[in-house]
Amino acid sequence: MSYILPPFRHPDLPTNELGFARKDYEGALSTLCAGCGHDSISSAIIQACYEMNIEPHRLAKLSGIGCSSKTPAYFLGNSHGFNSVHGRMPSVATGANLANRQLLYLGVSGDGDSASIGIGQFVHAIRRNLNIVYIVMNNGCYGLTKGQDSATADAGSVSKKGHANPFTAINMTALAIEMGANFVARSFSGDKHQLIPLIKAAMNHPGFALIDVVSPCVTFNNNVGSTKSYDFVREHKEATSEFDFVPEHDEITADYAEGSSLDVAMHDGSIIHLSKVAKGWDPRNRFSALSALNNAEQRGEILTGLLFVHPEGRDLHSVFHTVEAPLNSLQEKDLCPGKGVLAQINDSFR
Amino acid sequence: MKQITAVNDFVVRFANVNGTGSASANTLFAKTIFRMGIPVTPKNIFPSNIQGLPTWYEVRISEKGYLGRRDGVDVMVSVNPQSMRQDVDAVKPGGYFVYDSTKPLRADFFRDDLHYIGVPMTELCMQVFSDARKIQLFKNIVYVGALAVLLDMDVAVLRDTIAAQFKGKDKLIEANYQALDLGMNYIREHYEYPIGLRLETRDLVGDKIIVDGNTACALGALYGGATVAAWYPITPSTSIMDAFEKYALKHRLDPTGRKKFAIIQAEDELSSIGMVIGAAWNGARAFTSTSGPGVSLMSEFLGLAYFAEIPVVLVNVQRGGPSTGMPTRTQQADILSSAYASHGDTRHVLLFPDTPKECFDFTADAFDLADRLQTPIFVMTDLDLGMNDHMSEPFDWHDARPYDRGKVLTAEDLDNVEQWGRYLDVDGDGIPYRTIPGTHAKKGSYFTRGTSHDEFARYTESSDAYVRNVDRLLVKWDTAKNITPAPELYQDGKRSPFGMLFFGTTTASALEAKDELEADGLILDAIRLRACPFDETVEVFIHGHESIFVVEQNRDAQMRSLLINEMNINPAKLIPVLNYDGMPITADYIAQSIRTHFA
Ligand SMILES: Cc1ncc(C[n+]2csc(CCOP(=O)(O)OP(=O)(O)O)c2C)c(N)n1
Ligand code: SF4
Ligand SMILES: [Mg+2]
Repeated sequence: MSYILPPFRHPDLPTNELGFARKDYEGALSTLCAGCGHDSISSAIIQACYEMNIEPHRLAKLSGIGCSSKTPAYFLGNSHGFNSVHGRMPSVATGANLANRQLLYLGVSGDGDSASIGIGQFVHAIRRNLNIVYIVMNNGCYGLTKGQDSATADAGSVSKKGHANPFTAINMTALAIEMGANFVARSFSGDKHQLIPLIKAAMNHPGFALIDVVSPCVTFNNNVGSTKSYDFVREHKEATSEFDFVPEHDEITADYAEGSSLDVAMHDGSIIHLSKVAKGWDPRNRFSALSALNNAEQRGEILTGLLFVHPEGRDLHSVFHTVEAPLNSLQEKDLCPGKGVLAQINDSFR
Repeated sequence: MKQITAVNDFVVRFANVNGTGSASANTLFAKTIFRMGIPVTPKNIFPSNIQGLPTWYEVRISEKGYLGRRDGVDVMVSVNPQSMRQDVDAVKPGGYFVYDSTKPLRADFFRDDLHYIGVPMTELCMQVFSDARKIQLFKNIVYVGALAVLLDMDVAVLRDTIAAQFKGKDKLIEANYQALDLGMNYIREHYEYPIGLRLETRDLVGDKIIVDGNTACALGALYGGATVAAWYPITPSTSIMDAFEKYALKHRLDPTGRKKFAIIQAEDELSSIGMVIGAAWNGARAFTSTSGPGVSLMSEFLGLAYFAEIPVVLVNVQRGGPSTGMPTRTQQADILSSAYASHGDTRHVLLFPDTPKECFDFTADAFDLADRLQTPIFVMTDLDLGMNDHMSEPFDWHDARPYDRGKVLTAEDLDNVEQWGRYLDVDGDGIPYRTIPGTHAKKGSYFTRGTSHDEFARYTESSDAYVRNVDRLLVKWDTAKNITPAPELYQDGKRSPFGMLFFGTTTASALEAKDELEADGLILDAIRLRACPFDETVEVFIHGHESIFVVEQNRDAQMRSLLINEMNINPAKLIPVLNYDGMPITADYIAQSIRTHFA
């Protein structure tokens, strides 16, 4: 937002380590339908950024088009944002990231945006291991254009209009794992307890991090028969594990039950702590993650939580071997070879 | 029998098979003429194919310095049996037909008004070279040797050019010399030489260079400070990125070998333009290069960039219509689709370079213009300019030249400014101030979106706010008129009631036609467009002449439509002169069309 009114802040509000209050991470008032899952995700993003001590101006939020893609207006009002075109946020984010590798990028998209019109850009951003937190607010329908089935609607799922979807659903998480994403999770807009630490861990992951968040559309797809309704998801979600993210400088204090817990160290020393780990599932193994997803689907359950993590991997800048300084900070002296070199170049054309 | 005779004024066409290494031999021929100080224009006529189909290379030599294509072939060098029939037919009466006589020429290929010069190119090579690939390759050098003697070329210059081309590869140089001698000696032993056509050393090229427009655009981007280049391969634009990478790898590495640039091959043009927009939004100088089909795909994003006011540089190397085939021919047929690319009320700034020097200048300038105007800038070249070598003024750069980043607020600016609105026109030129993400901890962030915003980038669906915004964009459009390259006039004041208007690669042939007509007593005033929007000079020129011939290379007279649409002029005054067969337009064609009008 352009500043016209300085944000009012009560002096007694609690602040994070950087001195920002939670309010500093909020945005404009949401214009989504009351009860829309997307608003809960916005609030989880706000909380995660507050807790992670993110400097608002060091984060750029980007989105496509859809109700979901409108949400960046409703969180992180002190961060730059870009509401781009339908399905094309990944390319804009790729360009932005190339221009300045030092910001944190948060991409927000919908299931229509990422699984239909934008599926090409979605998979290619994964292939390139673009360093971004990519949140799909997945409601199985096109909210903004009034509820048509999307490509993530489960076969047989019934929309408000009463038709059962005849087509196979695209599973964004399985697709991302197939494409080589190194951090893939699924969550539910109604499960803050799980979602907030997932977002925090994703922000810490140095590469493409997908969180597919089932986020019911109360207006068009929350009816009986829909597999993306609040009731259905609450009844059928099944977590891979309890999930906790411990930033690098925090001491690990919690006492976890032996045997069913697992720690995954991230690149900077942070820890992902998993407890009550599902049997037969190893989050560090792609095939195990895919098979867990597959098994849950067979049972008609929605598997949530962290699905797959591989804490290493080279992001796009490492592959390109670009300089450490942001490309957008380079000046004439860094960039222009000068008149002398041009004279030599001219000579090569004579 | 008639024999065409001329010194430094004729056309040689080479008929080859694509993918047989003829390109470097043909370039060698043209470059040697250039180095003999004689103006020369080579042009490729190539198929949409990697290997096997016919391809031609046409070299026009013009002592007078006419650099457009000329109709009619004086010397044909034909080494492709597939196209030999049409190659025989293409030669002007009294012309010369040089062919590989290893196998006898078919009887019906003999015309009684041509001079046949058979050189057993393959056979000669087989005597010296053993493997098939070498024989195929050096056959091409054999005909260059034959031509050297037939046309009385300066052999020392020719040998030097070979040495320069293969610098450091002594064995290869020796083999080339050997092949050259085979051709030269064969002619000396079997034919009278030189023929009626001769090359005489001159001093007519000065410090000019000979280079293709795509390389020039790439260098313009390098000098103009581009750091992010996103693209999707498409002929005839691909060699821009090839050249950009080549020079960037040489001149844009830090001492540890890390890159001060990123070139990304996108999955399609929807993505390549999105990447450019993202990078430019985030403060990097970014560009893409493409051709018509790519611009079609970019169209939605271009509208967003126009309304969200993002600096974008796009080089459009125009080609013929959809699919493959014609697309490897040249046209100026994306004028309208580029000028008005996208949905809603959009219009874009177009630059029209006519030489490699202008390709360099305009591409570098495009980055300043994009930053200053905060809008997409199209550099409109075409296949002819982009992929063929052209004689050109050398590139130039002033070391003190700063990059003009336009109205970008720094953290300090933000601390000092009282009120800032992303889309607020403070200076009355329609151009607002922008901020780059990450600049300031508390100020200057905003949510970028297409149309629905007020002066302070707040979301609004207010009709008034929308109208204010798009009207301001028109003020910006007017500002663009004053800072884009001005048109070039070719006379002082007015000499004639009739005018001629052209741009880009039509220029060389148009100017030659103008001379031709003037020799006949028909004087025309001339103007060359270098940018859209059109400044006052264009309007004054059109209003000041009774009729204006608008010469362009497309079917629908697109520039004419653009002129009519953008200015208040009487359409009847603008007479279209159109060439759209995919071959570069010729002076004869233009002159003839204009004569017909007066007949
Ligand atoms: C090129 C283009 N085609 C169609 C639309 C219309 N449109 C707007 S939002 C939308 C679907 C959004 O669905 P989704 O991404 O799932 O977001 P949701 O509203 O469900 O959160 C469509 C089709 C558009 N904006 N652009
Ligand atoms: S239509 Fe659906 S997705 Fe859109 S705001 Fe309303 S509830 Fe949310
Ligand atoms: Mg949706």
